[in-house]
Amino acid sequence: MIYADNAATTKMSELALKRFVEVASNEFGNPSSLYSIGQSAKDVLENARADVASVINADPREIIFTSGGSEADNQAIISAAKLGEKNGKKHIISTAFEHHAVLHTLEKLKKEGFEITLLDVHSNGIVTADEVEAAIKDETCLVTIMFANNEIGTIQPIREIGAVCRKHNVLFHTDAVQAIGHLPIDVQEYNIDMLSSSGHKFHGPKGTGFLYAKKGIRLTNLIEGGAQEKGKRAGTENVPGIAAMAEALKAAVANIPQHNDSLRAKRDRLIEGLLQIPHSALNGDRDSRLPGNVNFCFEGIEGESLLLLLDDKGISASSGSACTSGSLDPSHVLLAIGRVHDVAHGSLRLSIEDDITNEDIEYIIRSVREVVEYLRGFSPIWRDLVAGKKQFIL
Amino acid sequence: MALYSEKVMDHFRNPRNVGVIEDADGVGEVGNAKCGDIMKMYLKIDNDIITDVKFETFGCGSAIASSSMATELIKGRPVDEALQLTNKAVAEALDGLPDYKMHCSVLAEEAIKNALDDYHSKKDLKTEG
Ligand SMILES: Cc1ncc(COP(=O)(O)O)c(C=O)c1O
Ligand SMILES: [Zn+2]
Repeated sequence: MIYADNAATTKMSELALKRFVEVASNEFGNPSSLYSIGQSAKDVLENARADVASVINADPREIIFTSGGSEADNQAIISAAKLGEKNGKKHIISTAFEHHAVLHTLEKLKKEGFEITLLDVHSNGIVTADEVEAAIKDETCLVTIMFANNEIGTIQPIREIGAVCRKHNVLFHTDAVQAIGHLPIDVQEYNIDMLSSSGHKFHGPKGTGFLYAKKGIRLTNLIEGGAQEKGKRAGTENVPGIAAMAEALKAAVANIPQHNDSLRAKRDRLIEGLLQIPHSALNGDRDSRLPGNVNFCFEGIEGESLLLLLDDKGISASSGSACTSGSLDPSHVLLAIGRVHDVAHGSLRLSIEDDITNEDIEYIIRSVREVVEYLRGFSPIWRDLVAGKKQFIL
Repeated sequence: MALYSEKVMDHFRNPRNVGVIEDADGVGEVGNAKCGDIMKMYLKIDNDIITDVKFETFGCGSAIASSSMATELIKGRPVDEALQLTNKAVAEALDGLPDYKMHCSVLAEEAIKNALDDYHSKKDLKTEG
């Protein structure tokens, strides 16, 4: 089996798994209890917090653990909105291709009277700091822009955007779920005020994550109850999950340079190979993209059938086609970079990791080519394109 | 549980009656690329019996399987019987489809009706002319 859907989720690393079992077995105390096994679990929790904080150059007191990326995104945005509202500032800037955890939260705020500006991300899938600056108004209380996109892998100019936000004294949140562990992140250097992260994207456990919020930013609770996480997130902490996440993150970050070099070479070969398929195109900027992300459109075919046939060949991948999303619209990310519906339905995302071999890459290229040719063989759209009744787009 | 039934996967992996009939007596095309599924049906009809049927589909697994199953259900059948074919019957013959995929079986029903309309209008033209 070739697993090429690491942007959806990753396999837990041996190290993280070992740590999980170790903590679950030996540190079962409640970190809020005052007796020694409770306090020992508390130590595990606080060590994990210190590890996570040091990875992004934050203070441990600026980290709160959450159930994952979605919760962190929700809490960051809601908190900034509440702070803004107090000062009569009800304008938020984001982009059209954020994760739904961000977009749906913004839609909710819109119903509550906030003005939302979603910036264009252009055909390359990158927003510029100048565009962010031009959109900032006196009423702007938050800029929330993802570090790297989950579908097309494009990396945003976070440092420049952070500088612009600092200059205008506007809070800056970034959804770094896809970036952390792959790209070096320094919240101070980049002027990031809030950052969301999720454990299962860097070989940690599912249902773990954290929110970084710079000192002085008052967070709004999404979950009320006990006084855990400095009263900002109630509920007995997922101690084994958090410890395993910290372990996975440390390992991922320690390896970034070597990891990226070898992964980029494989990614580039994959892109080269797939570009050989006629009437295909890479989605998103070629250079400013995550080292493991490949995303293509193939004209004349539909993504779900492509995925099912690749699965038959032992390849796990994903697509932004409508039929994989359960709605009639294809991926909002592909539409945001200007792909028309016809073409957006025929998309394929391959997100690779270290375990993939060069042979696997060649096998993927051969398999995708075969399946695309086969599906085009009985596609009425392809027939019309070849017959000249329709214009090729790609 | 898998996304689709064994039957759906069988028809998806080995679709029956794939292709084109150049001198078809009726051709129907439904759906559009915007929503992600397009089906084209070609019918050969002799004495009001569907003697041959072929299809082409751009679409998801259930769209391809529904086209394939629908062609099997009408091949060799009289025209008025084929007109009675419902999307439910197609879905049932496939041992069911997920709820949000039922629209794919609707397309199969419509593609056949569309091709039969085409057949009837061509026939009317012939008898008039
Ligand atoms: C960019 C981005 N943000 C947020 C999330 C949500 O993270 P989680 O699954 O941990 O809630 C994901 C994961 O799908 C993601 O890719
Ligand atoms: Zn469909």
